Amino acid sequence: MQKPGEATPLFAVEGVSVRFGGVRALEDVSLEVAPHEVLGVIGPNGAGKTTLFNVVCGFVSPAEGELRLRGETIRDLRPHQLAGHGIARTLQGLGLFERMTVLDNVMVGADRLARAGFVRGLLGLGHRDDARLAAKARDVLGELGIESYATRYPGSLPYPIRKKVALARALVAEPELLLLDEPASGLSAEEMTELGEIITGLTERTAVMLVEHHMDLVMSVCHRITVLDFGRVIAAGTPDEIRNDPAVLAAYLGDQVEHDDLDAEVHAITVAEEA
Amino acid sequence: MERLRSLLRPVTSVPLARHLIVALVALLVVMAVIGMSSQYLQTRYAEMAYFAIAAGGLTLLTGLSGQLSLGHGALMAVGAYAATLVLERTGGESLADVFVALLVAIGVCAVVGVVVGVPAARLHGPYIAGATLTLAVAVPRLANQWDVLGGEQGLQVPVPRASELPAWIQDLIWFFTAVEIDQYSFLAYLGWLLLALTFVALANLSRSRVGRRWRAVRDDDVSAELAGIHLGRARVVAFTVSAMCAGLAGGLMAMNVRLTAPGAFTITLSLTLLAAVVLGGLGSLTGALIGAGVLAFLPHFATDLGESFGLSATQAAEVTPVVYGLVLMLVILLAPAGIVGSLRPFLARLSATSALGSTKEKTT
Repeated sequence: MQKPGEATPLFAVEGVSVRFGGVRALEDVSLEVAPHEVLGVIGPNGAGKTTLFNVVCGFVSPAEGELRLRGETIRDLRPHQLAGHGIARTLQGLGLFERMTVLDNVMVGADRLARAGFVRGLLGLGHRDDARLAAKARDVLGELGIESYATRYPGSLPYPIRKKVALARALVAEPELLLLDEPASGLSAEEMTELGEIITGLTERTAVMLVEHHMDLVMSVCHRITVLDFGRVIAAGTPDEIRNDPAVLAAYLGDQVEHDDLDAEVHAITVAEEA
Repeated sequence: MERLRSLLRPVTSVPLARHLIVALVALLVVMAVIGMSSQYLQTRYAEMAYFAIAAGGLTLLTGLSGQLSLGHGALMAVGAYAATLVLERTGGESLADVFVALLVAIGVCAVVGVVVGVPAARLHGPYIAGATLTLAVAVPRLANQWDVLGGEQGLQVPVPRASELPAWIQDLIWFFTAVEIDQYSFLAYLGWLLLALTFVALANLSRSRVGRRWRAVRDDDVSAELAGIHLGRARVVAFTVSAMCAGLAGGLMAMNVRLTAPGAFTITLSLTLLAAVVLGGLGSLTGALIGAGVLAFLPHFATDLGESFGLSATQAAEVTPVVYGLVLMLVILLAPAGIVGSLRPFLARLSATSALGSTKEKTT
């Protein structure tokens, strides 16, 4: 496993706080991602992991704090501007374009690399540019081993394939920072092992921020891990350090609630509100 | 056959070439048919052309970018009034006058499209329908109140006389159809020429990155945004393109009806356009063409049908809305995806088998 470079963080979250009404979803959260590093973000339900991703993507604006990409602030960027800055994200709910083919889905992901504009589209002269995007999309599909599904519609595909389509759509944009939101949920043990290999392989071209519940996967692929609980960073370090951190053990690993249970999430938020 | 197909492949793989060839062949066939038709049918063909242009723009907006517009009748009114006012001033005698009037109609509707599209882009589902409905209700009333627009009586539209057309056009038409061009066939030819051009442009857009962005925004706005697509901009562009089509259609309609009055552009027109688009198959240009054909020709057949059942002419004219409603209900019941949408799986299977055949052919 490569050692992340300490000198220049690719991406930094500095003292970010988010409030929803009276609820403090994030409180003074800071973390750094080095180039080519896999950073795991873990924590019990309602800890603020997805909120953190939403802040990074510009869907939620922080009350305080700063976001920096290569030292420059990206705090005020709107969601559609992030792709252009090399940030891509997969969604927990996948959000595939259901009435478009798999190839078209992935080509939308490559949109930031497209050059043909409206006029070329109107005159039907953008097909070379389109062929280039299609080739890129096919490459990524091939890399993930799902090229044979290129002409299918996502709705007709099994869930693990759909997840790979979502991943392909994010990867084809050639991001420098890839945010993966629960990539392992709903996968079998074998599929999860494969996913681990894929993520490790991705570090050659991008840094990865990973929100995930499956500890085995997190411990095996992450270089460093940040642990959130009730919107605060309670621990940060290498997988070994995290594994033995008493605060983490108390807050997270001792937490036996069913993670996909919405009730548990609601409960956690209520607790956070009271705290 | 197989050799022909492989010879044509470089051409058919380029969308522009493919769309142009299809449009050109279709245009020649239709022009021959128009040339042989009666004056009454020529008027119906002209009507079908401008309905199809408006429906094509609407099906792009609703089917591809996912915005429902109940205001396209009003946008046609804007185009019709713009073209009429220009024709009034220029006299409308020459072909140039006609094209200037249509270009102005398109331009004015582009501006209206942006003005309406910018706030509408922030709205979703029923809200954008409501906003465009306001347009449909307000525009005819405005026209009613303004003296420049002729009030309720409307404005007469001067139309070019066929004898004023350049000699080469008259010769060309005569060469292709063996019939002298007159005012009615001229409007039908003009309508179908512009329809072909519009549909080539719309088909190009739909196949291009622009159309892909629209579909993405329609299917999942969050994912589209994460892919770097500006949602508002994509929606406004779609609305503006669609409004420009409605403007062109309105301008052509004014020349055909020869009277531009508020009564022609009520909410009924907007709803009828939407029904035509749904009937043909949402998002499909072929569907829009079929829907427009039904709009233009159904009254003719329904009236005939009524008369053959022994109804008087006035009674028979009332049959049209009933038949139209029945056709729409039948399509929605039997083919919920519209006529083209329901045929698509069948067509896909056909082309899949022929593609299979060609690969077999290649390997042997």
